[in-house]
Amino acid sequence: MSGVSRRALLGASGLVVSFALTRSPAAQEVNADRLPGDLDKYPFLDSWIRIDPDGRITVFTGKAELGQGLKTALMQIAADELCVSPAAIDLVTADTVRTPDEGVTAGSHSMQDSGTAILNASANVRLLLTEAAAWRLVTSSDQIELRDGTAYGPTGQSVTYGELAAAYSSLHVAAKPGVPRREKGLRLIGENVPRVDIPAKLSGGAAYVQDMRLPGMLHARVVRGPSDGTQLKAADFEAAARLPGIEKVVRVGRFTAVLATKEWHAIKAMRHLQAAGWERPGPALPSEDLRRAIRGLPARDVPIFRYAGLPTPSGAKTVRATYSRPALMHGSIGPSCAVAQWNDGGVTVWTHTQGVEPLRRSLADLLRLSPDKVRCIHVEGSGCYGHNGADDVAADAALAARAVPGRPVRLQWMREQEHGWEPLGSAMVVELEGALGNDGRIVGWRHEVWSNAHNGRPVSGGGLLAGLEVDPPFPAQMPKPIPMPEGGGDRNANPLYAIPNASGLYHFVEQAPVRVSALRSLGAHMNVFAIESFMDELAQAARSDPVDFRLVHLEDERAREAIQTAANRFGWARRTKGGDGRGCGFAFARYKNLGAYCAIALEISIDRDSGAIDVRRVVAAVDSGEAINPDGIRNQVEGAIVQSLSWTTREAVGFDTPHRTSFDWSAYPILRFPAVPATVEVHVIDRSGAPFLGTGEAGQGPMGAALANAIADALGHRLRDMPLAPDRIKAMF
Amino acid sequence: MITLTINGAGHQIDADPDTPLLYVLRDELALNGAKFGCGLGQCGACTVLIDDKPAFSCLAPIAALGNRKIRTIEGLGTSEKPGVVPEAFETEQAAQCGYCIAGMIMRTQALLERNNRPTEAELRQHLAPNLCRCGTHMRILRAARRAAAAMGGGVQESGT
Repeated sequence: MSGVSRRALLGASGLVVSFALTRSPAAQEVNADRLPGDLDKYPFLDSWIRIDPDGRITVFTGKAELGQGLKTALMQIAADELCVSPAAIDLVTADTVRTPDEGVTAGSHSMQDSGTAILNASANVRLLLTEAAAWRLVTSSDQIELRDGTAYGPTGQSVTYGELAAAYSSLHVAAKPGVPRREKGLRLIGENVPRVDIPAKLSGGAAYVQDMRLPGMLHARVVRGPSDGTQLKAADFEAAARLPGIEKVVRVGRFTAVLATKEWHAIKAMRHLQAAGWERPGPALPSEDLRRAIRGLPARDVPIFRYAGLPTPSGAKTVRATYSRPALMHGSIGPSCAVAQWNDGGVTVWTHTQGVEPLRRSLADLLRLSPDKVRCIHVEGSGCYGHNGADDVAADAALAARAVPGRPVRLQWMREQEHGWEPLGSAMVVELEGALGNDGRIVGWRHEVWSNAHNGRPVSGGGLLAGLEVDPPFPAQMPKPIPMPEGGGDRNANPLYAIPNASGLYHFVEQAPVRVSALRSLGAHMNVFAIESFMDELAQAARSDPVDFRLVHLEDERAREAIQTAANRFGWARRTKGGDGRGCGFAFARYKNLGAYCAIALEISIDRDSGAIDVRRVVAAVDSGEAINPDGIRNQVEGAIVQSLSWTTREAVGFDTPHRTSFDWSAYPILRFPAVPATVEVHVIDRSGAPFLGTGEAGQGPMGAALANAIADALGHRLRDMPLAPDRIKAMF
Repeated sequence: MITLTINGAGHQIDADPDTPLLYVLRDELALNGAKFGCGLGQCGACTVLIDDKPAFSCLAPIAALGNRKIRTIEGLGTSEKPGVVPEAFETEQAAQCGYCIAGMIMRTQALLERNNRPTEAELRQHLAPNLCRCGTHMRILRAARRAAAAMGGGVQESGT
């Protein structure tokens, strides 16, 4: 049987979705009756594009710039289809009043959801402009050429987009499906257009919510215990209110914030209140490693996948291994920040949340307002890499500002608050069992994964820290598993390899000893680390080359090309045999089996005295579908490689029984310059005309596994538990 | 009132003497470049130059600064007329979220003004106090090499 037809996915409710869905490249191709991307949710063109009588073009997206280059890519798409320069376009990003509700900017979905919508909306607008210009210039549509905001007829007569927009007024028409893309003329798509947000960031321009200064603005700090699960002991709030420069001490239940004209005064008052000490009212944290603790807690078992096949023959060679990851931190360099201002019984919040609409609904719940009284406007913050403190600090600012109606309040967390309170990426454990037939092919496979939830994003007042502190507190949100094919803890637990007699089981551990939520790539980092480490273990047992072994088990042509590209560019076949502290590693995954393909080859050497890894060379190949901005893709994959190097080799959130102990960069060290790779090359496989697949989370899993495989190659022993840290490497010599 | 010399100009500052320079730059003088990252001298997002040496502005109380020469990224140029180092960062597209980048530029500036022919190892060691979480390091290094060349020097291989 072929790979596609025999494969089936198990949803929580049983066998429901054919594997064809997971193999199809993007949502916009799944159903021909639907409009592409989020255009299906917002079919009217003026939800996405407006042309003013002066010719200015405004494009709207419900997605947010997180430093991933979203703005530039979306402007390129619209400008390309509308035959203008990117500078002719104003892009409005996530704002609950102005832009479509596109949910959260997460899961490497922005290009599929919003990029596809804007591409098709722009093609529709181009068609309308062309038809209107033909009518106005008394010619046929095929005689019209659009160029830089003007439509030209065959004899040079012309009319501007602004004139057409003024005469024909409205783009309040539904998009038509199947409008073809532009074919003629210069193209912006596929060009390395420089990022539009970078110049301000290099010159001290106002670029972040942290940089906002509104007239009459107060500075605020929230006052909490040192970490998630702790609370402040009763303090002398009146004395704090009398400290120099303090405008107000705001208390709502246990929620406490200090407001001051000068930021330093707010910080000093916060420190004054913190001196009262803290306690942990709830149950103590486990004294054992979180990974062991999670395996001991009750779990809801969710089948992930099951592929039929003959039972494993009795002579088959069986390999088993267990892999694990500690809890990891997002670790944004800039602590979370928001500005809030109340007027007329409603509140406006400037926020770097990934989801303005869910935040609006959660704030409305917390503040007991109707959602139309809450406006959330996205302004960039420091990179978040998932659900960090952004939503919580927005609630903190909104509650603090309620005490001073009309006055804007800027509230930023301190470093130890971000480290202490951000939701973590869950600790995880994966057990794998595989069987090899006499021909060296895999004939059986079993994957089990234990994890807490990977989605604790707020959907109610109880999803925000402040919601648990007000009186009465909101009930805490209960986490749910994210269903496949995207998955949470089981994300990428389903190998792309064609393997018979295979199954996967997700032990979803609802009870989380520590606060957890979405960290970039969710379970994919762990599952790909495990699967791709295990593929090398099986390859070794089969006496096969790791790259050949992968290719033998892969039917997906694009996957094969990504692997071959990385292997060829690296010179895999000619590499020096590993040993004596030098080694090479390879790994591959297709993110979620739906998104980008990414293969990574790398070479390391290990210092015998310290156990430190020197990453000498990394070569990656990535296929994200049609590449709008190849340099943007390279930037994201380079970032994934370096970030995953840090996650995989040196990070672990520490705890004692009362609290989280990783309260700053000394207690949670991350990668610094002397340890970054000597070189990183990223080769973009551009699929012109193919659906966008997203890029931001494709590289984390493959990088982690490639490192583990290189260490095994260099030392002849394998590390299966992250972090792959120097002390543990040294012990293997 | 405390007088500070920032980007060549004197400023009268009305703030507590123990206020770290960072808050004065950001809140009193509306200079966005230096960022609050940790307040602990661990991440470098707040890096400025004090007497041409890189310094954590989050740790420097204004009372201790006297008439020392303070420079921020705003003193290196504008987005229309960037200085050599910011321009190299622009050319290399050396930013993702960019929150750390002003600090990276200031620390690079300090090195290259003193030595525009560092080795690769010296460059990496010099930048070690500054953290980037997006993983833009490879581009930051490329930008620093480009800036070194533009300043008449160059980064030398050091067999890292």
